[in-house]
Amino acid sequence: MLEIKNYIRVKSIEEAYELNQKKNNTIIGGMLWLKMQDRTIGTAIDLSDLGLDKIVEEDDKFIIGAMVTLRDLELHEGLNALTQKAMKESVRHIVGVQFRNLATVGGSIFGRYGFSDVLTVFLSMNAKVQTYEKGIISLKEFSESKYDNDIVMNIIVDKKDMRIVYQSIRNNNHTDFPALTCSVGYIDGKYYVACGARPYKAKLVICDDLKGVSSQFDTATNNRASAQYRAKMMDVLINRAYKKMKGE
Amino acid sequence: MNVTITLNGKRIVDDIDPSTLLIDWVRSKGCLSVKRGCETSNCGLCTVLLNDKPVLSCSILAVRADKCKVVTLEGLQKEAQEFGAFIADEGAEQCGFCNPGFMVNAICLLKENPDPTEDEIKEYLAGNLCRCSGYEGQLRGIQKFIAYKKGA
Repeated sequence: MLEIKNYIRVKSIEEAYELNQKKNNTIIGGMLWLKMQDRTIGTAIDLSDLGLDKIVEEDDKFIIGAMVTLRDLELHEGLNALTQKAMKESVRHIVGVQFRNLATVGGSIFGRYGFSDVLTVFLSMNAKVQTYEKGIISLKEFSESKYDNDIVMNIIVDKKDMRIVYQSIRNNNHTDFPALTCSVGYIDGKYYVACGARPYKAKLVICDDLKGVSSQFDTATNNRASAQYRAKMMDVLINRAYKKMKGE
Repeated sequence: MNVTITLNGKRIVDDIDPSTLLIDWVRSKGCLSVKRGCETSNCGLCTVLLNDKPVLSCSILAVRADKCKVVTLEGLQKEAQEFGAFIADEGAEQCGFCNPGFMVNAICLLKENPDPTEDEIKEYLAGNLCRCSGYEGQLRGIQKFIAYKKGA
């Protein structure tokens, strides 16, 4: 059971960062995963009053605040137009509308969860992350970094001509955790292939040609799928994404 | 921590422990329609409206609802009676435990999208589990209610 001793709705990101340096303090995003844990939190740090719950569209980019919900992503016309609705496809299977109205993009990205559909799709869009300490870095670099006490503030997506195809395999078709996630992006003549739930966290491979790319992703067995099944299905999903991009 | 929450139209000032989940707070205020079915943020039984959006009250701290509007099925009686009759006519449910969360979310679906397709209904309500039925009765009830509203 989750126990919270103290709760602070911070007034600035600096205040949040300072509080977050103490080991038993924690930022609460949507709190969906945190709630499943059996632990005591000294101070729960809430970013709700920092205006990070908005998707700002600029001439050359989208700036997505960490407190934007997965439901906001699902319904956002600009992001869905940019990605040919891959944004919606990546989140619509996650539990239910009520869950997606709480779960935040910041929590999903910071957590770098193995099951994260959100990390997978943003990797294939060559997105960037803005954190308090590191500034703006690529999501690829962030996804490979270790957990620390930094704070994710925004996800940034450049408005480039891109083709994105998102697919996932779920044993019950929807609502369950994915057994495999696969998102293929085509930006500036290069493929951005991201596969997650292998069951490891999503990894990005950038390549000129999709041939043999699946061999660069390792897979393992858990109670949702075997390593061999995942490897076979990854080939299938990457091939389907390629065909969809070519309009076949 | 002192909070002010408008629950079903009534403004309540309360001193809440930071660990208290919204589900436990609304139940302590007499809103017993709100149920805990799974403890894993999956069943949808605890659905309430937070500033008009459906959320899982089992997964949000009550203190986060400070200065917000919370509506449970108790606050949706007019809509629930009209719509509920169509669900009952289909004999959709057996034990009825999942009904309050389902009603709140279905009412929200029809507010957002008054004429949804079958796929849109299924997708919106995918987070409301029912262990007695196969969801067919609920689906028929919703579709007959939509047809009735169109003809009204």
